[in-house]
This record gives sequence, C-alpha cells and structure tokens, in this order.
Amino acid sequence: MSLLSLKHLTKTFESAAGPVHAVRDVSLDVAQGECLAIVGESGSGKTTLANMILGILGQTSGEVIFNGSLLSAKRTPDQRRNIQLVQQNPLSSLNPKRSVGASVRLGLDTYRIGEKAERWQTVENALEAVGLPAEMRKRAPAALSGGQRQRVGIARALACEPELLVLDEPTSALDVLVQARVLRLLNELRAERGLTYVFITHDLAVVRNIADRVAVFQNGQLVESGTTEQIFTQPKDKYTRNLIGAVPVVDLDEMALRDKLAETT
Amino acid sequence: MIRAFRILAANPLSMVGVILVALVVLAAIFAPWIAPFPTHNGSVVDFAFANRAPSARNWMGTDLVGRDIFSRILYAYQISLVLGVVVLAIAAPVGTIFGLLAGYLGGWTESILMRIVDVFLSIPPLVLAIAMMGVLEPTLTNAMLAVTVMWWPWYARLVYAIARSEREEGYVLAAEVIGAPTSHIAFREILPNCLPAIITKMTLDMGFVIIIASSLSFLGLGVQPPTPDLGSMVAEGARYLPDSWWLTVFPGLAILIAVFGFNLMGDGLREVLGVDE
Amino acid sequence: MSTLLDIKDLHLGFKGLSGLNKVLHGISLSIEQGERVALVGESGSGKSVTARIVLGLLQETRSARISGEVTFDGNDITAMRPKMRASLRGTDMSMIFQDPTSSLNPSFTIGRQFAEVLRRRDVSLSDQDCTERATKMLEEVSIPDPVRVLNAYAFQLSGGMNQRVMIAMALANRPKLLLADEPGTALDVSVQAQTLSLMRNLVADHGTAVLFISHNLGVVREFADRVYVIYRGNIVEDGPTQALFSNPRHAYTRALMSAVPRITGAGLPEVPEVSEDFLAPQISHGSTI
Repeated sequence: MSLLSLKHLTKTFESAAGPVHAVRDVSLDVAQGECLAIVGESGSGKTTLANMILGILGQTSGEVIFNGSLLSAKRTPDQRRNIQLVQQNPLSSLNPKRSVGASVRLGLDTYRIGEKAERWQTVENALEAVGLPAEMRKRAPAALSGGQRQRVGIARALACEPELLVLDEPTSALDVLVQARVLRLLNELRAERGLTYVFITHDLAVVRNIADRVAVFQNGQLVESGTTEQIFTQPKDKYTRNLIGAVPVVDLDEMALRDKLAETT
Repeated sequence: MIRAFRILAANPLSMVGVILVALVVLAAIFAPWIAPFPTHNGSVVDFAFANRAPSARNWMGTDLVGRDIFSRILYAYQISLVLGVVVLAIAAPVGTIFGLLAGYLGGWTESILMRIVDVFLSIPPLVLAIAMMGVLEPTLTNAMLAVTVMWWPWYARLVYAIARSEREEGYVLAAEVIGAPTSHIAFREILPNCLPAIITKMTLDMGFVIIIASSLSFLGLGVQPPTPDLGSMVAEGARYLPDSWWLTVFPGLAILIAVFGFNLMGDGLREVLGVDE
Repeated sequence: MSTLLDIKDLHLGFKGLSGLNKVLHGISLSIEQGERVALVGESGSGKSVTARIVLGLLQETRSARISGEVTFDGNDITAMRPKMRASLRGTDMSMIFQDPTSSLNPSFTIGRQFAEVLRRRDVSLSDQDCTERATKMLEEVSIPDPVRVLNAYAFQLSGGMNQRVMIAMALANRPKLLLADEPGTALDVSVQAQTLSLMRNLVADHGTAVLFISHNLGVVREFADRVYVIYRGNIVEDGPTQALFSNPRHAYTRALMSAVPRITGAGLPEVPEVSEDFLAPQISHGSTI
C-alpha cells in the first residue's frame, strides 16, 4: 500500500483574468521509503501540489490519502505531525528572533515528544544528527551560514518524527559544495530512518542522483512518470526530453547522453 | 551589547539623546534630594521672594508666589515621566494585541479590529483629549486616561503592518506546518519580531506624550495647581513675558530638553535595533 | 589581439565597526578583445564585487578600500575621475544582472528605457532614431513583435522576454566589454539555455568581450573561452575552458567539479565543504595562444 496517494487532485484559483488551473487532475502514488521527485519549471504547479499535500491549501476536487486515511481540510494532530516540510529559503524559514534550538524544539513541544526536562538534549541530538555541533542550539540564525541554516531546517522537520517529508527545492539556494553535502545528508537520513521523500525541484541533475521515481509536471498536469532510470534513458514525452536536453552539462558522458536523447526526437 | 554601544557611539547625536534622557530621569528620581527647596512643589508661599530673577539663591528664579522654579521643574519632571510611562504601559500593549491579532489572523478578526482602530484614528488626537477632559474632572489620572485613549491606535497600526508582512515569512509557514497553536505563532513567533519597532516607538513617544500632556495643562485641562507641571508653568508665565521671562523660559527649556532627548535616543535605538523605516 | 581588460593584484576591503574586512586578496585577470571569460566561484568568493570594481561602481562607496591596477582599453579605471568612469558605463562597458524583471524600471516603458540607453552614446538621437535602433536590437535578440514590446512595461513581459530585452539594451551601444552577473539564474532551465545560446551568438557577431560571473559550472563550460576560479578572494586556478574542465588541478576546482550532480547518475560523492587544500596557491593552465 502506498504511503501517500493523490487521486484526481485539482486546484483552481479565481483571478481577475479568469480561472487559473494550477493543478489539473493529478493522480500519483508514493511508496513507503521511496524518494519521489516532482520536476517542473515555474508555473508547473509543483508548489501548489506540495501545499495540498501539506494541508496548507485545500483542493478544489480530488483526494489526498495518507496511510490509508482520507485527509480532510482539518487534519488530526497525528496526520499533521507525520507530514513535514523542508523549505527552500534557509534565511526566511528560521525566526531571526529565536535561537536555533528554540526553532528545532517547536515540534517536540507541540506534540509533547519526550519528557520536558529532556527536550533540550533531544534538540542537541537532532542538531548532531544533521552534522551540526550541539552548542549551536543557543545561537541566532543570523550567525549561521546558509548551509547550516538549511540543516537546522531539516533537524526541525525531523524533530516531529514524521513519516513523510516534503522538500521544496531544499538545496536550490545553496552553494555548490554545500549542496553536495546536504544532498548526501538527506540520502543518509532517509536510509537510516526509513523516511519517504517528496522532493520538489527544477534541477534535473539533482533528481538523477537522489530520486527513485520521477514525476514530470507542466502547466499543472502530470506529463510523465516512471523510475529515474526510465525517465532519463528512455523519456517518452517530448517535454521531458527537452527538459533534460536543456540542462547545462559539465562532462563528456553527460554530453553523450544529451546528444543521444536529442537524436531520438 | 558591545555592538549596540558601538553603533550608538558612532552617532554622536544619539549619545547626546541618551545623556539628556539620563539627566531627566535622574532629576525626576532624585528630585526630593536635589531640589534646593523641596517643599516648593506644594502649596507653599513665600512672598518675600516672589517673582525674583535668577540668582545665586534661586538658579532659575522664583514664581509669582515665591516658589523656586528649579525645584518645581524637577518635581514636574516626575509628573511628566510618570504620565508618560503609565500612558505607554497601557497604550502599547493594548494596541499591540489589536494589531497582532488583526495582522496574523486576517479575515473577520482583521476587519473588525482594524475598523475599531480606524474609528479612533479618525478623531484628531488633541481634539479627543480636550473633549474628554472637558467632560471629566481635570486630574492627573484623567489626563492619563485621555492621552492613553488617543494613543493606543497608533500601536495597533504599527504592529498590524509588521504582523501582516511577517505572516508571509518562512518561519511562520514552518510553525503552521508543524502544527503549533495560533497563540504560539502570534505571541512567541511574530511578536518578538515586532518588538524592536515597538520599543523604538515607545522611546520616541515619551517625548510626544510629554508635549501633549503639557499642551493639555497649558489649556488648563490637565494637572491642576498646586501640583507642578511644565505646561501649566509655561501658561502662568506667558502673561508676564518679556519682563519676568524666567517664568516661561525655564519650564519651556525643560520641555525641550526632555522631548529632544527622547527623540534623539529613539533615533539611535532605531539603528541599534535595526528597525526599517 | 590586444588586452581589453587587465586587472593586476586587486585588493578590496571594507572598513567596518570592527576593523577592515578583506574581500579580495590580490587577484589578477585579463580579457582580450572579443574573448569570453568566466569568473567562477561560490557566494562570498568576491566575484560580484570584482565586476563592480571594473564598472567603477564600488569606488564611490565610502567604506571601500581598493588597491591595485584595473586597466580598461589602456586607461586606468581606479585613477580615473568618477565622471569619466561613469561615462564608460552603458557605452563601452555594460552589465546585465541576475533578475531581468527587477533590473528594469517598472515605471517606464521598455521603449523609453531603450531611448535613455541609446542617448548615453549619442545625445542627439531623435525619438524616431531611438525607436528604429531599438527595434533592430530587439529583432537581433529574436523578439517577434518588437513594437508591442517597446510599448510594454517590464511586469507585462515574461522573465525570458525581459532577459532578452536586457541583453538587447546592454549591447545596443556596441560596448567593448559586457559584464554578465549570473544571467539566467532566475529563469527556467529551458529558457536559460535559449538565452545563453542567443547571447553567445550575439557577442561573437559583434566582437564583444564578456566577463561572465557564475557559480554554475555547466553554464560556464558552454559559454566561456577561458575560466578563472575564485575562492575567498583569491584566484586559485585559471586556463582555457577545455583544459580546465578536462583536467582540473587545484583542490578547490576539483571539489567543485565533483560536487556538481551529473544527469548520467554518477551519484553524490563525498566532497569537503572546506579544506586546507583550498588555500593552495594558484595553478595556471596557460593561455589559448
């Protein structure tokens, strides 16, 4: 049974220029323990989809089913706790007026995880699990680098002990070397804790190296989905092919793959 | 803290502000010990020394019934500061709560709360205070009440604007996704980000509250004699200008120093706390 | 081929409350006429401030302490009077930025902004002249309906369109040097690819030299003739693109190269975020000649 199931999910916004179909009739399954990448350019509807999964946005029609239960607009504490978010912007996602530790502790206090007296220790363990020193819990976000802040964001999400993590462009705002470390960290954490990821990004090269399955979106619609291997070696849809072909590549093997895909158009 | 001091020190004017405020506050606190004529804050008369120009005995001269003006100014500072502190201690929290809830919760809460705020803001502040004082007995307590009623909406507006913009920030979204209760998000997440602006405004407001209160007493609507009050002192002496100039000039300067000091200090605080314009 | 831009031993520091904050520790780079040179580094490396010094923008900042030689077309930029420096901007030197929509003035039409740009070179141009030249430039950047675009405002056009408009405006006065600060980063991948290819062709046609600032190695490989890698205010490696990419020698360059994910699925190697080796001295691959 899938951990998360989206059935005919649709979201339409009313605007001055007429209805905007942000997400159109999307059906997807995410298996327990896998990393599903949601790929698309701007306007593809991927963020709207993420917001519906997280329960911050209600759908116009369709169903979101988690662990066999239908999720409604008002989520139970358990449902809310089990689906957490890692945001794109490390700076804005941490409260500048609260210590890093206080931000990480929020989930523990909200769900009364562990004894109150032990929670700071849990926070310190959480920080160490993402590669940060325990003492960092007393510091303000402004004193941390982008990569460190992003790790704090990950620690905060994991403090709730969720089953599913929605990651919305988690490394797009990070430098090259920092991105590499954080991606490895995310991979390790997923394996260690048996987490399930819905990984949203526009970066196909990242997708190739982190996802088990890929869902390609364009204009709110699911264009193509399959295993990572399938999508990158035998993409069926022209849009997918063009997307892969547009990635600026660094080494000769990549260039060969791109040329091969261009040929089959 | 060291960084805060460095920023303040880099701007000489704000240092001036801090010093002036310190002088005013110390004068007010230690008035009974510093004042050469501590009894002169009450209904004392000494016609032998009435209406004297500044001298060695009375540094700022005496008033029409012979009381030492310097001593009365020190006690008047007590009144002004108490008034300022009480007004702000009530107006700021009340306004903040209105603005915070309206700004974060939005919807009906926002509409209703901010409409109430708008009603109060639509009445010119001094007119409101004068109207209230016209109806109520002119005492210090009522003067404080009147000024508080006209002051709180400005805090509501300020905090509303900040809360509205903060609610779009990532950390608010994070708290919502985690499922933290609304009260936590409003008071433990958003409010701390409003505090620098609130504190800066309170400092700047001290000066303005003193002016408003002085204006009320100048019109005879505030504190009544024999309690010393800067505004009343200016009013009493105004008729005797330019002959007995000291009756007006020294209380006037006292107001100026207090207001100027709080203003400069508030500007400095704005920089230290990093408040945007 | 003569050297268009020559930077020798450039140092930059900012005077702050707690002393001098050094950003550039003596960098040197050169660009020949018509050459496309990339300056690659992560955030905080000093790549953006270098461009601002070349443009003469940073010299006006009170807290900036600059030393070293920056020679453009035979003239020393740092020794120049501010007015002379300013006159180079928009004429012999121009710059395009990361986010096209926010770099364009929202209150004026594209046509109006174009006219302003064109008049920097020649104040006497009539409105009609400006419209004609602007239309020609927009056609060069493959904008199908130049008239509509000239009458539009930046917020009415897409990001990709605005990027082309910015390129058109930057090249309108036939500058000798174009500085591009992370162009296309704010755009979708497919649009970015088109825009870069367009830019490459245009600068080749006009013989414009380019200083291309980026953190994206793939984009650099596709666009630049020569590359300088900058780390924390020091150039650590430089050379022709081919040579540098096929054989990166400095520890930092090697780290960057292995950190970039590949679409071939080579995996995520273990890469150090910081290392003593990154501070090793500069390695040069020589020039193309």
